[in-house]
Amino acid sequence: MTDAEFLLWVRGPAFNTALFIMLAGIVIRFLEILFLGRKTNLAEARGSEVAGGFRTILRRSVPDMDSFHRSGFTIIAGYVFHIGLFVVIFLFVPHILVFERTLGISWGGLPSNIVDATTVVTIVALLAVLVHRIKDPVMRMLSKFSDYLVWLVTILPLITGWMAFNRVGLSGATLIGVHILSVELLMILFPFTKLSHAFTLFLARWYNGAIAGYKGVQS
Amino acid sequence: MKKDQTLGETLRQQGVSRRSFLKFCATTASLMALPPSMIPVIAATLEKARRPSVIWLSFQECTGCTESITRSSSASIEDLIFNAISLDYHHTLQAASGSAAEEARDTAMQENHGKYILVVDGSIPAENNGYSTIAGISNVDMLKEAAAGAAAIVAVGSCSSFGGIPHANPNPTGAVSVSDLIKDKPIVNVPGCPPIPAVITGVLVQFLTFGLPELDHLGRPKAFYGQSIHDRCYRRPFYDKGLFADTFDDEGARKGWCLYKLGCKGPTTYNACATEKWNDGTSFPIQAGHPCLGCSEPDFWDAGSFYRSLSTPTENIGKTAIYAAAGGLLAGAIVGSALRGRKQSAVKAHQRVTIDDLDKES
Repeated sequence: MTDAEFLLWVRGPAFNTALFIMLAGIVIRFLEILFLGRKTNLAEARGSEVAGGFRTILRRSVPDMDSFHRSGFTIIAGYVFHIGLFVVIFLFVPHILVFERTLGISWGGLPSNIVDATTVVTIVALLAVLVHRIKDPVMRMLSKFSDYLVWLVTILPLITGWMAFNRVGLSGATLIGVHILSVELLMILFPFTKLSHAFTLFLARWYNGAIAGYKGVQS
Repeated sequence: MKKDQTLGETLRQQGVSRRSFLKFCATTASLMALPPSMIPVIAATLEKARRPSVIWLSFQECTGCTESITRSSSASIEDLIFNAISLDYHHTLQAASGSAAEEARDTAMQENHGKYILVVDGSIPAENNGYSTIAGISNVDMLKEAAAGAAAIVAVGSCSSFGGIPHANPNPTGAVSVSDLIKDKPIVNVPGCPPIPAVITGVLVQFLTFGLPELDHLGRPKAFYGQSIHDRCYRRPFYDKGLFADTFDDEGARKGWCLYKLGCKGPTTYNACATEKWNDGTSFPIQAGHPCLGCSEPDFWDAGSFYRSLSTPTENIGKTAIYAAAGGLLAGAIVGSALRGRKQSAVKAHQRVTIDDLDKES
Protein backbone atom coordinates (compact mmCIF):
# COMPACT_ATOMS: atom_id res chain seq x y z
CA MET A 1 0.00 0.00 0.00
CA THR A 2 1.51 3.33 -1.03
CA ASP A 3 1.10 6.35 1.22
CA ALA A 4 -1.45 7.76 -1.26
CA GLU A 5 -3.51 4.56 -1.04
CA PHE A 6 -3.23 4.64 2.75
CA LEU A 7 -4.52 8.21 2.86
CA LEU A 8 -7.42 7.27 0.57
CA TRP A 9 -8.26 4.31 2.79
CA VAL A 10 -8.31 6.35 6.00
CA ARG A 11 -10.39 9.10 4.34
CA GLY A 12 -12.77 6.55 2.81
CA PRO A 13 -13.66 3.10 4.19
CA ALA A 14 -11.83 3.55 7.51
CA PHE A 15 -13.53 6.88 8.23
CA ASN A 16 -16.92 5.44 7.31
CA THR A 17 -16.39 2.46 9.61
CA ALA A 18 -15.21 4.63 12.50
CA LEU A 19 -18.12 7.03 12.02
CA PHE A 20 -20.59 4.13 11.94
CA ILE A 21 -19.21 2.63 15.15
CA MET A 22 -19.13 6.01 16.90
CA LEU A 23 -22.66 7.05 15.95
CA ALA A 24 -24.20 3.63 16.59
CA GLY A 25 -22.27 3.44 19.88
CA ILE A 26 -23.57 6.82 21.04
CA VAL A 27 -27.16 5.78 20.26
CA ILE A 28 -26.69 2.47 22.09
CA ARG A 29 -25.20 4.15 25.17
CA PHE A 30 -28.03 6.71 25.31
CA LEU A 31 -30.68 4.01 24.96
CA GLU A 32 -28.98 1.95 27.69
CA ILE A 33 -29.33 4.86 30.10
CA LEU A 34 -32.83 5.84 29.00
CA PHE A 35 -34.21 2.28 29.06
CA LEU A 36 -33.16 1.88 32.69
CA GLY A 37 -35.45 4.78 33.53
CA ARG A 38 -35.83 6.29 36.98
CA LYS A 39 -37.87 5.35 39.95
CA THR A 40 -41.14 7.26 40.21
CA ASN A 41 -40.89 9.84 42.96
CA LEU A 42 -44.12 9.58 44.98
CA ALA A 43 -43.39 12.69 47.04
CA GLU A 44 -45.03 15.97 46.14
CA ALA A 45 -42.83 18.21 43.96
CA ARG A 46 -41.36 21.20 45.79
CA GLY A 47 -39.73 22.77 42.78
CA SER A 48 -39.10 22.48 39.06
CA GLU A 49 -37.16 19.52 37.64
CA VAL A 50 -36.46 21.46 34.44
CA ALA A 51 -34.99 24.53 36.16
CA GLY A 52 -32.87 22.37 38.48
CA GLY A 53 -31.74 20.18 35.59
CA PHE A 54 -30.55 23.05 33.40
CA ARG A 55 -29.02 24.84 36.36
CA THR A 56 -26.86 21.86 37.25
CA ILE A 57 -25.79 21.27 33.65
CA LEU A 58 -24.28 24.77 33.69
CA ARG A 59 -23.32 24.99 37.37
CA ARG A 60 -21.13 21.86 37.34
CA SER A 61 -18.80 23.47 34.82
CA VAL A 62 -17.76 26.07 37.38
CA PRO A 63 -15.64 24.65 40.18
CA ASP A 64 -16.46 25.76 43.70
CA MET A 65 -13.71 27.17 45.87
CA ASP A 66 -13.58 24.10 48.09
CA SER A 67 -12.84 21.79 45.18
CA PHE A 68 -10.40 24.30 43.79
CA HIS A 69 -8.41 24.37 47.04
CA ARG A 70 -8.37 20.60 47.26
CA SER A 71 -7.53 19.77 43.64
CA GLY A 72 -6.48 22.98 41.95
CA PHE A 73 -4.02 21.24 39.64
CA THR A 74 -6.59 18.76 38.30
CA ILE A 75 -9.05 21.58 37.65
CA ILE A 76 -6.58 23.93 35.95
CA ALA A 77 -4.90 21.24 33.87
CA GLY A 78 -8.31 19.79 33.05
CA TYR A 79 -9.61 23.15 31.88
CA VAL A 80 -6.49 23.83 29.85
CA PHE A 81 -6.63 20.60 27.89
CA HIS A 82 -10.40 20.68 27.45
CA ILE A 83 -10.35 24.23 26.09
CA GLY A 84 -7.27 23.29 24.08
CA LEU A 85 -9.09 20.32 22.57
CA PHE A 86 -12.04 22.55 21.73
CA VAL A 87 -9.80 25.06 19.92
CA VAL A 88 -7.83 22.39 18.10
CA ILE A 89 -10.83 20.31 17.04
CA PHE A 90 -13.31 23.03 16.21
CA LEU A 91 -11.28 26.09 15.21
CA PHE A 92 -8.66 24.67 12.84
CA VAL A 93 -9.77 25.35 9.26
CA PRO A 94 -9.01 21.87 7.77
CA HIS A 95 -11.08 20.39 10.66
CA ILE A 96 -13.96 22.80 10.05
CA LEU A 97 -14.00 21.51 6.46
CA VAL A 98 -14.63 17.99 7.82
CA PHE A 99 -17.62 19.26 9.83
CA GLU A 100 -18.83 21.20 6.81
CA ARG A 101 -18.72 18.04 4.73
CA THR A 102 -20.29 15.77 7.38
CA LEU A 103 -22.78 18.13 9.05
CA GLY A 104 -23.25 20.73 6.34
CA ILE A 105 -22.47 23.64 8.67
CA SER A 106 -19.40 25.82 8.77
CA TRP A 107 -17.91 28.56 10.91
CA GLY A 108 -14.81 30.73 11.05
CA GLY A 109 -11.46 29.34 12.17
CA LEU A 110 -8.38 30.68 13.90
CA PRO A 111 -4.99 31.31 12.24
CA SER A 112 -3.25 27.96 11.92
CA ASN A 113 -0.24 29.13 13.95
CA ILE A 114 -2.44 29.86 16.97
CA VAL A 115 -3.97 26.39 16.72
CA ASP A 116 -0.44 24.99 16.43
CA ALA A 117 0.61 26.70 19.65
CA THR A 118 -2.61 25.59 21.39
CA THR A 119 -1.84 22.01 20.38
CA VAL A 120 1.52 22.18 22.14
CA VAL A 121 -0.09 23.63 25.30
CA THR A 122 -2.75 20.89 25.21
CA ILE A 123 -0.14 18.16 24.82
CA VAL A 124 1.83 19.58 27.77
CA ALA A 125 -1.34 19.71 29.89
CA LEU A 126 -2.17 16.10 29.01
CA LEU A 127 1.37 15.00 29.88
CA ALA A 128 1.04 16.86 33.20
CA VAL A 129 -2.21 15.07 34.08
CA LEU A 130 -0.59 11.73 33.26
CA VAL A 131 2.35 12.47 35.55
CA HIS A 132 -0.11 13.53 38.23
CA ARG A 133 -2.11 10.34 37.75
CA ILE A 134 0.98 8.20 38.13
CA LYS A 135 2.55 10.14 41.02
CA ASP A 136 -0.53 10.63 43.16
CA PRO A 137 -1.03 7.39 45.14
CA VAL A 138 -4.82 7.69 45.27
CA MET A 139 -5.12 8.51 41.57
CA ARG A 140 -2.77 5.66 40.74
CA MET A 141 -4.82 3.22 42.77
CA LEU A 142 -8.05 4.34 41.12
CA SER A 143 -6.63 4.14 37.60
CA LYS A 144 -7.34 1.17 35.41
CA PHE A 145 -5.97 0.14 32.04
CA SER A 146 -8.85 1.87 30.30
CA ASP A 147 -7.90 5.21 31.89
CA TYR A 148 -4.43 5.03 30.37
CA LEU A 149 -5.90 3.85 27.06
CA VAL A 150 -8.27 6.82 26.98
CA TRP A 151 -5.37 9.16 27.73
CA LEU A 152 -3.36 7.61 24.90
CA VAL A 153 -6.10 7.84 22.27
CA THR A 154 -6.69 11.47 23.27
CA ILE A 155 -3.08 12.59 23.02
CA LEU A 156 -2.28 10.58 19.85
CA PRO A 157 -4.36 12.73 17.47
CA LEU A 158 -2.77 15.84 19.02
CA ILE A 159 0.75 14.55 18.49
CA THR A 160 0.10 13.19 15.00
CA GLY A 161 -1.79 16.38 14.08
CA TRP A 162 1.08 18.54 15.29
CA MET A 163 3.49 16.36 13.28
CA ALA A 164 1.30 16.59 10.18
CA PHE A 165 1.03 20.38 10.44
CA ASN A 166 4.74 20.83 11.07
CA ARG A 167 5.56 18.05 8.61
CA VAL A 168 7.92 16.15 10.86
CA GLY A 169 9.62 13.06 9.45
CA LEU A 170 7.35 11.10 7.13
CA SER A 171 5.79 12.08 3.81
CA GLY A 172 2.86 14.51 3.73
CA ALA A 173 0.30 11.85 2.80
CA THR A 174 1.52 9.44 5.49
CA LEU A 175 1.48 12.14 8.17
CA ILE A 176 -2.08 13.20 7.35
CA GLY A 177 -3.11 9.55 7.01
CA VAL A 178 -1.66 8.58 10.40
CA HIS A 179 -3.33 11.61 11.97
CA ILE A 180 -6.75 10.73 10.54
CA LEU A 181 -6.26 7.10 11.59
CA SER A 182 -5.49 8.16 15.17
CA VAL A 183 -8.69 10.22 15.17
CA GLU A 184 -10.60 7.18 13.90
CA LEU A 185 -9.22 5.15 16.80
CA LEU A 186 -10.53 7.84 19.13
CA MET A 187 -13.91 7.81 17.36
CA ILE A 188 -14.22 4.03 17.72
CA LEU A 189 -13.38 4.02 21.44
CA PHE A 190 -15.34 7.20 22.13
CA PRO A 191 -18.77 5.70 23.04
CA PHE A 192 -17.41 2.65 24.88
CA THR A 193 -14.93 4.23 27.29
CA LYS A 194 -14.91 7.11 29.76
CA LEU A 195 -14.62 9.37 26.74
CA SER A 196 -18.40 8.97 26.51
CA HIS A 197 -18.61 11.61 29.27
CA ALA A 198 -18.53 14.10 26.39
CA PHE A 199 -22.19 13.28 25.74
CA THR A 200 -23.37 11.49 28.92
CA LEU A 201 -22.37 14.40 31.16
CA PHE A 202 -25.44 16.34 30.12
CA LEU A 203 -27.73 13.46 31.00
CA ALA A 204 -25.96 12.76 34.31
CA ARG A 205 -26.00 16.39 35.35
CA TRP A 206 -29.61 16.70 34.28
CA TYR A 207 -30.62 13.74 36.48
CA ASN A 208 -28.77 15.17 39.49
CA GLY A 209 -30.18 18.64 38.96
CA ALA A 210 -33.71 17.41 38.27
CA ILE A 211 -33.77 15.27 41.46
CA ALA A 212 -32.61 18.24 43.53
CA GLY A 213 -35.00 20.57 41.69
CA TYR A 214 -37.94 18.25 42.41
CA LYS A 215 -37.04 18.33 46.08
CA GLY A 216 -36.74 22.11 45.97
CA VAL A 217 -33.08 22.16 46.94
CA GLN A 218 -29.97 23.42 45.15
CA SER A 219 -27.61 20.93 43.62
CA MET B 1 27.66 14.11 -35.22
CA LYS B 2 30.02 11.31 -34.28
CA LYS B 3 28.79 8.71 -31.86
CA ASP B 4 31.91 8.74 -29.69
CA GLN B 5 32.09 12.52 -29.32
CA THR B 6 32.14 13.88 -25.80
CA LEU B 7 29.37 16.15 -24.68
CA GLY B 8 31.80 19.08 -24.47
CA GLU B 9 32.89 18.59 -28.06
CA THR B 10 29.31 18.37 -29.24
CA LEU B 11 28.28 21.52 -27.46
CA ARG B 12 31.24 23.48 -28.82
CA GLN B 13 30.44 22.18 -32.30
CA GLN B 14 26.89 23.49 -31.91
CA GLY B 15 28.18 26.91 -30.92
CA VAL B 16 27.33 26.77 -27.24
CA SER B 17 29.67 29.14 -25.43
CA ARG B 18 31.65 28.14 -22.36
CA ARG B 19 29.74 30.81 -20.47
CA SER B 20 26.33 29.32 -21.42
CA PHE B 21 27.56 25.85 -20.58
CA LEU B 22 28.76 26.90 -17.11
CA LYS B 23 25.52 28.77 -16.56
CA PHE B 24 23.67 25.58 -17.34
CA CYS B 25 25.92 23.68 -14.90
CA ALA B 26 25.25 26.30 -12.22
CA THR B 27 21.50 26.05 -12.77
CA THR B 28 21.67 22.28 -12.59
CA ALA B 29 23.70 22.45 -9.38
CA SER B 30 21.17 24.77 -7.78
CA LEU B 31 18.31 22.55 -9.00
CA MET B 32 19.95 19.65 -7.23
CA ALA B 33 20.59 21.82 -4.16
CA LEU B 34 24.34 21.34 -4.48
CA PRO B 35 26.93 23.85 -3.23
CA PRO B 36 28.62 26.15 -5.81
CA SER B 37 31.83 24.17 -5.34
CA MET B 38 30.17 21.34 -7.26
CA ILE B 39 29.66 23.42 -10.43
CA PRO B 40 33.19 22.75 -11.80
CA VAL B 41 32.74 19.06 -11.01
CA ILE B 42 29.52 18.96 -13.00
CA ALA B 43 31.13 20.91 -15.85
CA ALA B 44 34.22 18.70 -15.96
CA THR B 45 32.25 15.47 -15.81
CA LEU B 46 29.73 16.57 -18.41
CA GLU B 47 32.45 17.76 -20.77
CA LYS B 48 34.10 14.37 -20.72
CA ALA B 49 30.87 12.40 -20.83
CA ARG B 50 30.35 10.35 -23.95
CA ARG B 51 27.04 10.99 -25.60
CA PRO B 52 25.01 8.16 -24.25
CA SER B 53 22.57 6.35 -26.45
CA VAL B 54 19.02 6.97 -25.34
CA ILE B 55 16.12 4.81 -26.42
CA TRP B 56 12.77 6.39 -25.69
CA LEU B 57 9.79 4.05 -25.65
CA SER B 58 6.25 5.39 -25.63
CA PHE B 59 3.47 3.08 -24.51
CA GLN B 60 -0.02 3.97 -23.26
CA GLU B 61 0.54 7.71 -23.13
CA CYS B 62 -0.79 10.99 -24.47
CA THR B 63 2.52 12.39 -25.73
CA GLY B 64 2.19 15.11 -23.11
CA CYS B 65 5.59 14.22 -21.66
CA THR B 66 7.25 14.61 -25.05
CA GLU B 67 5.30 17.82 -25.66
CA SER B 68 6.54 19.07 -22.32
CA ILE B 69 10.17 18.72 -23.35
CA THR B 70 9.88 19.86 -26.92
CA ARG B 71 7.81 22.91 -26.10
CA SER B 72 9.78 23.88 -23.04
CA SER B 73 11.24 26.86 -24.88
CA SER B 74 12.91 27.58 -28.17
CA ALA B 75 16.47 26.40 -28.44
CA SER B 76 17.22 26.47 -24.75
CA ILE B 77 20.42 25.06 -23.38
CA GLU B 78 18.35 22.17 -22.10
CA ASP B 79 17.30 21.38 -25.65
CA LEU B 80 20.91 21.37 -26.76
CA ILE B 81 21.92 19.05 -23.99
CA PHE B 82 19.05 16.89 -25.05
CA ASN B 83 20.18 17.01 -28.67
CA ALA B 84 23.64 16.16 -27.52
CA ILE B 85 22.36 12.92 -26.19
CA SER B 86 22.16 10.36 -28.91
CA LEU B 87 18.43 9.90 -29.04
CA ASP B 88 18.33 6.78 -31.15
CA TYR B 89 14.65 5.95 -30.97
CA HIS B 90 11.65 8.10 -30.21
CA HIS B 91 8.31 7.62 -32.03
CA THR B 92 7.34 11.23 -32.08
CA LEU B 93 10.67 12.89 -32.70
CA GLN B 94 12.43 10.50 -35.07
CA ALA B 95 12.27 11.01 -38.81
CA ALA B 96 12.28 7.32 -39.62
CA SER B 97 9.11 5.31 -39.52
CA GLY B 98 7.96 1.74 -39.89
CA SER B 99 10.58 -0.97 -40.11
CA ALA B 100 13.38 1.61 -40.49
CA ALA B 101 12.52 3.01 -37.08
CA GLU B 102 12.46 -0.41 -35.49
CA GLU B 103 15.78 -1.21 -37.11
CA ALA B 104 17.26 1.93 -35.56
CA ARG B 105 16.08 0.69 -32.16
CA ASP B 106 17.53 -2.78 -32.72
CA THR B 107 20.86 -1.35 -33.90
CA ALA B 108 21.11 1.04 -30.97
CA MET B 109 20.32 -1.75 -28.54
CA GLN B 110 22.93 -4.07 -30.04
CA GLU B 111 25.68 -1.44 -30.39
CA ASN B 112 25.23 -0.06 -26.89
CA HIS B 113 24.18 -3.19 -25.07
CA GLY B 114 24.45 -2.70 -21.32
CA LYS B 115 25.22 1.02 -21.73
CA TYR B 116 22.18 2.81 -23.11
CA ILE B 117 19.62 4.71 -21.11
CA LEU B 118 16.08 3.56 -21.59
CA VAL B 119 13.47 6.28 -21.21
CA VAL B 120 9.87 5.16 -20.99
CA ASP B 121 6.72 7.22 -21.03
CA GLY B 122 3.26 5.71 -20.80
CA SER B 123 1.97 2.75 -18.84
CA ILE B 124 2.06 -0.86 -19.97
CA PRO B 125 -1.13 -2.90 -20.42
CA ALA B 126 -0.63 -6.10 -18.47
CA GLU B 127 -4.18 -7.42 -18.90
CA ASN B 128 -4.03 -8.10 -22.62
CA ASN B 129 -0.99 -7.58 -24.85
CA GLY B 130 -3.27 -6.58 -27.72
CA TYR B 131 -4.31 -3.33 -26.09
CA SER B 132 -1.13 -1.58 -27.22
CA THR B 133 1.43 -2.72 -29.76
CA ILE B 134 4.20 -1.11 -31.75
CA ALA B 135 5.22 -2.72 -35.05
CA GLY B 136 3.30 -5.78 -33.94
CA ILE B 137 5.31 -6.07 -30.73
CA SER B 138 3.40 -5.84 -27.48
CA ASN B 139 4.41 -3.15 -24.99
CA VAL B 140 5.34 -5.75 -22.39
CA ASP B 141 7.66 -7.60 -24.79
CA MET B 142 9.25 -4.41 -26.11
CA LEU B 143 9.89 -3.11 -22.59
CA LYS B 144 11.40 -6.38 -21.40
CA GLU B 145 13.61 -6.67 -24.46
CA ALA B 146 14.83 -3.06 -24.24
CA ALA B 147 15.27 -3.19 -20.48
CA ALA B 148 17.49 -6.25 -20.69
CA GLY B 149 20.35 -4.28 -22.29
CA ALA B 150 19.80 -0.95 -20.53
CA ALA B 151 22.23 0.57 -18.02
CA ALA B 152 19.30 2.26 -16.30
CA ILE B 153 15.69 3.11 -16.94
CA VAL B 154 14.17 6.54 -16.58
CA ALA B 155 10.39 6.37 -16.26
CA VAL B 156 9.21 9.76 -17.49
CA GLY B 157 5.74 10.84 -16.46
CA SER B 158 3.23 9.47 -13.97
CA CYS B 159 2.01 6.73 -16.35
CA SER B 160 5.34 4.93 -16.63
CA SER B 161 6.24 5.76 -13.01
CA PHE B 162 2.99 4.68 -11.31
CA GLY B 163 0.48 3.66 -13.99
CA GLY B 164 -0.98 7.16 -14.19
CA ILE B 165 -4.30 7.88 -15.87
CA PRO B 166 -4.55 4.53 -17.74
CA HIS B 167 -4.18 2.89 -14.31
CA ALA B 168 -7.11 4.93 -12.93
CA ASN B 169 -10.15 3.05 -11.74
CA PRO B 170 -11.46 0.80 -13.37
CA ASN B 171 -8.14 0.39 -15.20
CA PRO B 172 -9.61 -1.39 -18.25
CA THR B 173 -6.25 -2.34 -19.76
CA GLY B 174 -4.67 -3.53 -16.52
CA ALA B 175 -2.11 -0.73 -16.88
CA VAL B 176 1.02 -1.05 -14.76
CA SER B 177 4.19 0.96 -14.26
CA VAL B 178 7.70 0.10 -15.45
CA SER B 179 8.75 -0.85 -11.93
CA ASP B 180 5.85 -3.30 -11.73
CA LEU B 181 7.39 -5.30 -14.57
CA ILE B 182 11.14 -4.69 -14.41
CA LYS B 183 12.83 -5.68 -11.18
CA ASP B 184 16.48 -6.16 -12.09
CA LYS B 185 17.46 -2.70 -13.39
CA PRO B 186 17.91 0.63 -11.67
CA ILE B 187 14.76 2.66 -12.34
CA VAL B 188 14.45 6.39 -11.82
CA ASN B 189 10.86 7.63 -11.69
CA VAL B 190 10.30 11.15 -12.99
CA PRO B 191 6.56 11.49 -12.42
CA GLY B 192 4.33 14.40 -13.29
CA CYS B 193 1.53 14.85 -15.77
CA PRO B 194 3.70 15.91 -17.49
CA PRO B 195 7.00 16.30 -15.60
CA ILE B 196 8.79 19.64 -15.64
CA PRO B 197 11.15 19.71 -18.67
CA ALA B 198 14.11 20.92 -16.62
CA VAL B 199 13.55 18.07 -14.20
CA ILE B 200 13.70 15.48 -16.99
CA THR B 201 16.95 16.92 -18.38
CA GLY B 202 18.15 17.53 -14.82
CA VAL B 203 17.76 13.84 -14.01
CA LEU B 204 19.70 12.89 -17.14
CA VAL B 205 22.46 15.35 -16.25
CA GLN B 206 22.54 14.04 -12.72
CA PHE B 207 22.83 10.51 -14.10
CA LEU B 208 25.69 11.49 -16.43
CA THR B 209 27.51 13.44 -13.72
CA PHE B 210 27.07 11.48 -10.54
CA GLY B 211 25.55 8.22 -11.69
CA LEU B 212 22.24 7.09 -10.25
CA PRO B 213 20.66 9.84 -8.19
CA GLU B 214 19.49 9.37 -4.62
CA LEU B 215 15.87 8.27 -4.75
CA ASP B 216 12.95 8.58 -2.37
CA HIS B 217 10.63 5.72 -1.37
CA LEU B 218 8.75 6.07 -4.67
CA GLY B 219 11.91 5.91 -6.76
CA ARG B 220 11.96 9.67 -7.47
CA PRO B 221 15.21 11.68 -7.41
CA LYS B 222 15.32 13.47 -4.07
CA ALA B 223 17.02 16.47 -5.67
CA PHE B 224 13.78 17.32 -7.51
CA TYR B 225 11.11 15.55 -5.52
CA GLY B 226 12.53 16.07 -2.03
CA GLN B 227 10.17 18.81 -0.99
CA SER B 228 6.43 19.16 -1.13
CA ILE B 229 4.61 21.81 -3.12
CA HIS B 230 3.03 22.98 0.15
CA ASP B 231 6.38 23.57 1.87
CA ARG B 232 7.75 25.63 -1.01
CA CYS B 233 4.50 27.32 -2.03
CA TYR B 234 4.56 31.12 -2.06
CA ARG B 235 0.96 30.99 -0.74
CA ARG B 236 2.03 29.01 2.35
CA PRO B 237 2.00 32.11 4.63
CA PHE B 238 -1.74 32.42 3.93
CA TYR B 239 -2.27 28.82 5.03
CA ASP B 240 -0.40 29.59 8.25
CA LYS B 241 -2.46 32.72 8.81
CA GLY B 242 -5.72 30.85 8.16
CA LEU B 243 -6.55 32.88 5.04
CA PHE B 244 -8.20 30.75 2.37
CA ALA B 245 -10.04 31.20 -0.91
CA ASP B 246 -13.52 29.66 -0.55
CA THR B 247 -14.41 29.80 -4.23
CA PHE B 248 -12.57 30.54 -7.45
CA ASP B 249 -13.88 34.08 -7.69
CA ASP B 250 -14.18 35.37 -4.13
CA GLU B 251 -12.06 37.99 -2.43
CA GLY B 252 -9.63 35.34 -1.17
CA ALA B 253 -9.08 34.02 -4.68
CA ARG B 254 -8.46 37.53 -6.01
CA LYS B 255 -6.04 38.28 -3.19
CA GLY B 256 -4.14 35.08 -3.91
CA TRP B 257 -4.87 33.31 -0.61
CA CYS B 258 -4.27 29.62 0.05
CA LEU B 259 -6.23 27.15 -2.12
CA TYR B 260 -6.43 24.35 0.49
CA LYS B 261 -10.22 24.63 0.80
CA LEU B 262 -10.56 24.28 -2.97
CA GLY B 263 -8.87 20.90 -2.82
CA CYS B 264 -5.18 21.75 -3.22
CA LYS B 265 -3.05 18.60 -2.98
CA GLY B 266 0.13 20.59 -2.31
CA PRO B 267 0.64 19.14 1.19
CA THR B 268 0.86 15.58 -0.16
CA THR B 269 2.58 16.29 -3.47
CA TYR B 270 6.33 16.17 -3.98
CA ASN B 271 7.60 17.98 -7.05
CA ALA B 272 9.64 21.00 -8.08
CA CYS B 273 6.73 23.05 -9.55
CA ALA B 274 6.76 25.66 -6.77
CA THR B 275 10.48 26.33 -7.19
CA GLU B 276 11.34 25.44 -10.78
CA LYS B 277 7.97 26.49 -12.22
CA TRP B 278 6.83 26.04 -15.82
CA ASN B 279 7.34 27.79 -19.14
CA ASP B 280 10.81 29.04 -18.32
CA GLY B 281 10.00 29.87 -14.74
CA THR B 282 6.87 31.83 -15.61
CA SER B 283 4.30 30.28 -13.34
CA PHE B 284 2.82 27.06 -11.97
CA PRO B 285 -0.79 25.94 -11.39
CA ILE B 286 -1.18 27.45 -7.91
CA GLN B 287 0.25 30.75 -9.11
CA ALA B 288 -2.35 30.67 -11.89
CA GLY B 289 -5.06 30.30 -9.24
CA HIS B 290 -5.76 26.58 -9.47
CA PRO B 291 -5.17 24.04 -6.70
CA CYS B 292 -2.41 21.48 -7.20
CA LEU B 293 -3.86 18.20 -8.55
CA GLY B 294 -1.02 16.13 -7.13
CA CYS B 295 -0.11 14.77 -10.57
CA SER B 296 3.32 13.52 -9.54
CA GLU B 297 1.86 11.20 -6.88
CA PRO B 298 0.60 7.65 -7.43
CA ASP B 299 -3.14 7.29 -8.17
CA PHE B 300 -3.67 11.04 -8.27
CA TRP B 301 -6.67 10.51 -10.54
CA ASP B 302 -8.47 8.42 -7.93
CA ALA B 303 -7.46 10.39 -4.83
CA GLY B 304 -10.93 11.79 -4.24
CA SER B 305 -12.18 14.84 -6.08
CA PHE B 306 -9.61 17.36 -7.29
CA TYR B 307 -11.75 20.01 -5.61
CA ARG B 308 -12.30 18.32 -2.26
CA SER B 309 -9.87 19.32 0.46
CA LEU B 310 -7.41 16.76 1.72
CA SER B 311 -8.73 16.59 5.27
CA THR B 312 -12.29 15.65 4.34
CA PRO B 313 -13.86 12.20 3.95
CA THR B 314 -14.15 10.86 0.44
CA GLU B 315 -17.30 8.75 0.78
CA ASN B 316 -20.99 9.44 1.31
CA ILE B 317 -21.37 10.21 5.01
CA GLY B 318 -25.16 10.66 4.98
CA LYS B 319 -25.85 7.00 4.29
CA THR B 320 -23.39 5.93 6.99
CA ALA B 321 -25.10 8.17 9.51
CA ILE B 322 -28.55 6.78 8.68
CA TYR B 323 -27.37 3.16 8.89
CA ALA B 324 -25.50 3.90 12.13
CA ALA B 325 -28.58 5.51 13.69
CA ALA B 326 -30.81 2.62 12.59
CA GLY B 327 -28.33 -0.01 13.74
CA GLY B 328 -27.75 1.85 16.99
CA LEU B 329 -31.46 2.13 17.70
CA LEU B 330 -31.98 -1.58 17.12
CA ALA B 331 -28.95 -2.70 19.13
CA GLY B 332 -29.67 -0.09 21.82
CA ALA B 333 -33.26 -1.30 22.15
CA ILE B 334 -32.09 -4.89 22.57
CA VAL B 335 -29.33 -4.04 25.06
CA GLY B 336 -31.58 -1.54 26.88
CA SER B 337 -34.42 -4.05 27.18
CA ALA B 338 -32.05 -6.68 28.53
CA LEU B 339 -30.75 -4.23 31.15
CA ARG B 340 -34.28 -3.21 32.02
CA GLY B 341 -35.20 -6.88 32.43
CA ARG B 342 -32.25 -7.42 34.75
CA LYS B 343 -33.25 -4.41 36.78
CA GLN B 344 -36.83 -5.61 37.08
CA SER B 345 -35.84 -9.13 38.12
CA ALA B 346 -33.46 -7.62 40.68
CA VAL B 347 -36.37 -5.58 42.06
CA LYS B 348 -38.53 -8.72 42.21
CA ALA B 349 -35.80 -10.74 43.87
CA HIS B 350 -35.32 -8.06 46.48
CA GLN B 351 -36.26 -9.37 49.92
CA ARG B 352 -37.68 -6.86 52.32
CA VAL B 353 -36.52 -6.96 55.90
CA THR B 354 -39.13 -6.03 58.47
CA ILE B 355 -38.77 -5.00 62.11
CA ASP B 356 -40.09 -8.40 63.05
CA ASP B 357 -37.33 -10.06 61.05
CA LEU B 358 -34.77 -8.05 62.97
CA ASP B 359 -36.33 -8.91 66.29
CA LYS B 360 -36.18 -12.60 65.56
CA GLU B 361 -33.55 -14.37 67.54
CA SER B 362 -31.22 -16.21 65.36
